[in-house]
Amino acid sequence: MGHLIPPSIMPYVLPVLYAVVIVAVLPLLAGYIVLMERKVMADMQARLGPMRVGPHGLLQPIADAVKLLLKEDIIPDKADRLMFWFAPLVSVTMALLAYSALAIGPAFQIADLNIGLLFILAVSSLGIYGIVLGGWASNSHYSLLGALRSAAQLVSYETAAGLGLISVLLLAGSLSMKDIVQAQSDQGVWFGFSVPFGFFIYLVGSIAETNRAPCDLPEAESELVAGYMTEYSGFRWSLYFLAEYANMIIVAGIATTLFLGGWLRPGARYHEHIPGTGIEWLDALPALLTLGVALYSLKLAPQQPVKIQKIVMGLVAVLCLGIAGILAGALFAPAGVMQGIHGAFWFMAKVFAYIYAFLWIRFTFPRYRFDQLMRLGWRFLIPLALVNVIGVGVAIVLRQQFAWGPIVSLIPTTLATLGVAMLLAKDDAPVSEAQTADGE
Amino acid sequence: MQTLNQALFIFFAVLAVASAILMVTRRNIVHGAVFLITTLLSTAGIFLLLEAEFLFIVQVILYVGGIMVLFVFVIMLVNLDVSMRQVQFNRQWFVAGALALVLAAQFLFAIWAGRGALRLPAMADEISPKNTEAVADALFSHYMLPFEIASILLLVAMIGAVVMAKRRVG
Repeated sequence: MGHLIPPSIMPYVLPVLYAVVIVAVLPLLAGYIVLMERKVMADMQARLGPMRVGPHGLLQPIADAVKLLLKEDIIPDKADRLMFWFAPLVSVTMALLAYSALAIGPAFQIADLNIGLLFILAVSSLGIYGIVLGGWASNSHYSLLGALRSAAQLVSYETAAGLGLISVLLLAGSLSMKDIVQAQSDQGVWFGFSVPFGFFIYLVGSIAETNRAPCDLPEAESELVAGYMTEYSGFRWSLYFLAEYANMIIVAGIATTLFLGGWLRPGARYHEHIPGTGIEWLDALPALLTLGVALYSLKLAPQQPVKIQKIVMGLVAVLCLGIAGILAGALFAPAGVMQGIHGAFWFMAKVFAYIYAFLWIRFTFPRYRFDQLMRLGWRFLIPLALVNVIGVGVAIVLRQQFAWGPIVSLIPTTLATLGVAMLLAKDDAPVSEAQTADGE
Repeated sequence: MQTLNQALFIFFAVLAVASAILMVTRRNIVHGAVFLITTLLSTAGIFLLLEAEFLFIVQVILYVGGIMVLFVFVIMLVNLDVSMRQVQFNRQWFVAGALALVLAAQFLFAIWAGRGALRLPAMADEISPKNTEAVADALFSHYMLPFEIASILLLVAMIGAVVMAKRRVG
């Protein structure tokens, strides 16, 4: 290899390779998150969900992708053609660009920017232009209303979500994704536990920013047909779809890195902080879990109704077995390799747990009315986030001046924020009922 | 590396100036907004070339990601057909033209007077990894008072918005 690649471009080889892998894998991943969404929804509604294409619907995303690519590409007559063509590209480019700073494990990161978090936030907030310009260019009232709602929603909730993130940045003292995870490792606690209200505010803010239910007003199908993407079809539509799911993974990645310890294994350094509480056996968990999935799909394979489905199920079992083998092999590899592979596993596991929470919320809560959404953002989340940030500042002073522990110092903050939250909720509740009564 | 940087600088500079001109001359106000966004992004690109990462990201987050979203939001509430039909350069054009000429003369004079110091912008000598910290240090030591005044002003504005939203209508 050393002869083939001139040394001057050597540092760029690995990042480019990562970038290619991410761009290639992401559409597939997005497709499978859609399948996961449908399966979780079906499960929560006591149905089976997609079962026909492949065993348990496992090939459904591929069938959907083929269908979307073969569909006719329609551009409305009076649309602004250039903008109509350009807008979905903005959405999907910005969504993909944000991945360049995301740290998927200690080894797997395209660029460790020292403004990493700000870069991801900036780039993913640019994706809004895809929605706004696309909605405008369609020259349709539904699309325009969807675009306007989207812009208003993003501006309102970005403030709250940003303030939620600031509480973590104060604790971590860095904007680099790697350093933030390192800070959680050093302090021995995931920031989601030390600033639960920061996490809560970011969770709500990220749902609103990614236009997911119950905050999916820009594409509310009962009011706006499909909102900003009403006039889009075929490939362009699927670009929007890809951007939406890519953004979901991005916000899940941010939340994982900032609040859930990034690639750290649960209890990774307990034995250093509290002697005798090491839970090192958790290192074997990734391999055992995937092995379990492999055995389960092996058991399911003969029960499939059609021969081809038996074969596909067998292939799934082989794939899981391979991953289990890699995860088990990593246990005996040098520490760097092991942390790289297992870090990526834990990171993805947490990302998917966060996405599962997204889906869970989606199928639990009814959609907000627009004024309710704005009220939640401006009257509840932003004041709460401000109090939380001030409280974290106080906690840091307690830490530095009185040498309080990393967890103890934040308990007063959390309690104070909880009090304010209850006060705000109490203050808001009768008003909202009265307004609904005379507003309608 | 030097030539690559210069090429990138020329690219961003040309893009910024060209988009600025297009922004003023486009009749469609949404297209104008898009070109303004391009101008802001190219300026951000020049900041990045100068290794001022924090300025770059602030430019993108605040101007492109925040302020321009509100611009576009307001533009879309405006009736576009009316503005499309209006005469773009109306009868005050010579006043504006005269002002522009005076401004251009001032710029040219300033450039001519300071021609000895003119060169392509130089980047920081070393790659400075602590860009954000450097900005924070400057803000919290030399410019403490103005920074605090600006922060309080913004905080008051935000709280004011919340209070106004909380007030019951009717």
